Amino acid sequence: MHLDHELDEKFPHRHTYSAAHPQRPDGTRRALRIGLGGPVGSGKTATVAALCRTLRDQLSLAVVTNDIYTREDAAYLLREAVLPPERITAVETGACPHTAIRDDISANLEAVEDLEDDLASQGAGPLDLILVESGGDNLTATFSKGLTDAQIFVIDVAGGDDIPRKGGPGVSTADLLVVNKTDLAPYVGSDLEGMARDAKEQRGELPVIFQSLRGEPGVGPVADWVRAQLADWTGKAAHAA
Amino acid sequence: MSGAAAALLVLADGRFPAGGHAHSGGAEAAVKAGRVKDAASLGAFCRGRLHTAGLTAAALAAAAAAGHDPLALDEAADARTPSPALRRTARKLGRQMMRAARATWPCPELDALAAARPRGAHQPIVLGLAARSAGLTPLDAAHACAYENISGPATAAVRLLSLDPFDATAVLARLAPEADDVARRAVEAAEGDLADLPAASAPLLDITAEAHATWPVRLFAS
Ligand SMILES: Nc1nc2c(ncn2[C@@H]2O[C@H](COP(=O)(O)OP(=O)(O)O)[C@@H](O)[C@H]2O)c(=O)[nH]1
Ligand SMILES: [Mg+2]
Repeated sequence: MHLDHELDEKFPHRHTYSAAHPQRPDGTRRALRIGLGGPVGSGKTATVAALCRTLRDQLSLAVVTNDIYTREDAAYLLREAVLPPERITAVETGACPHTAIRDDISANLEAVEDLEDDLASQGAGPLDLILVESGGDNLTATFSKGLTDAQIFVIDVAGGDDIPRKGGPGVSTADLLVVNKTDLAPYVGSDLEGMARDAKEQRGELPVIFQSLRGEPGVGPVADWVRAQLADWTGKAAHAA
Repeated sequence: MSGAAAALLVLADGRFPAGGHAHSGGAEAAVKAGRVKDAASLGAFCRGRLHTAGLTAAALAAAAAAGHDPLALDEAADARTPSPALRRTARKLGRQMMRAARATWPCPELDALAAARPRGAHQPIVLGLAARSAGLTPLDAAHACAYENISGPATAAVRLLSLDPFDATAVLARLAPEADDVARRAVEAAEGDLADLPAASAPLLDITAEAHATWPVRLFAS
């Protein structure tokens, strides 16, 4: 029986594009990949759009959407013109959005791979960051480490203030938990302090950001977190090269 | 090679991460048209698919597993796939299968095909080559391909119709003898001349695949 490390030497392309590897086959640094998951309507697409507007002047960005049964999210991002169309790709998920980001990531890897290749061949240079938005799913949906380097779980205050208490893999293990739509808290009677307490209990030291995209500072704190991830990643990739 | 029997189970497992979960094998269009609405009509749909597109695909897989030139087979597959939408789907799934196959059973032949067809070869050919690399026989490859041809639509029908999953699985169990027979015929055909590989097709699958590809709202990619 072959040992895996022996196979790795003989067949280096075995791991091509898995998030485990910081480089593309040609030896250049690949983009950092950040996944955004969470229930339908919590504000994933709105957060992606806001991140694009905030970061696009400093970074080379692209987005992969995973819609459940339409191309709504990709269409929204195109309509809002947050990025040029060649930087947005939609993946179809066969009624099972969590499968496409966790159990069978091949279509998403392909989308990421094509974005990097196509933009490089159009002379747009290497990408810094790819945001992968999951089709809205339940509280157990998380991204495979083979697909993304880090993940943000987005919930909102209107979806029930007991969600942080209920936990689940998304809430408790995501690298960043975003509690969105804080502007709505007074109208739906959500207890933000209670949510913060419960989140802390589930997540320990992992960060939580309360956000409203309807006012200041908007997506700013999440954008700062993304920049920190990228700095970390660029440092690591430089080290590996 | 030891472990071959279990390797076939790995390859044929619906959870093998090669993208199949997002495709319905034409079932979504058939459900929308009212042709598939319960376990009986699902059985009829799967039987039709098995003996047409299924046989053609299984023979391509068997031929690839037997060591025929994959690029010649890729052309043969194009010739047997008149619908552009289905060609795109076959290549997309072939590319996804290639990624999974190179991670699980890497070999120089897979590397060579990936280099020659970076956007994907037809999926049955990649599947056949993966089977070969896993130490499986052409008959194994044909079995895996024939089975996948009916298990995909059956799984999709469960999601599309909220069909009782036990009924849908029983449909597959009832078709098992016919799937075996199709696999045997596929291997026999693959032993002859490439030009004589089966070219059975289901015109309605081709037509509905073209229409389905233009739907603005759909659950499955094909
Ligand atoms: N009031 C309020 N609405 C928001 C906020 N963020 C997003 N929304 C709205 O919530 C709805 C769903 O957002 P969307 O980003 O499409 O959710 P997704 O399904 O998670 O992608 C849209 O109508 C957004 O405009 C927010 O911070 N405050
Ligand atoms: Mg969305």
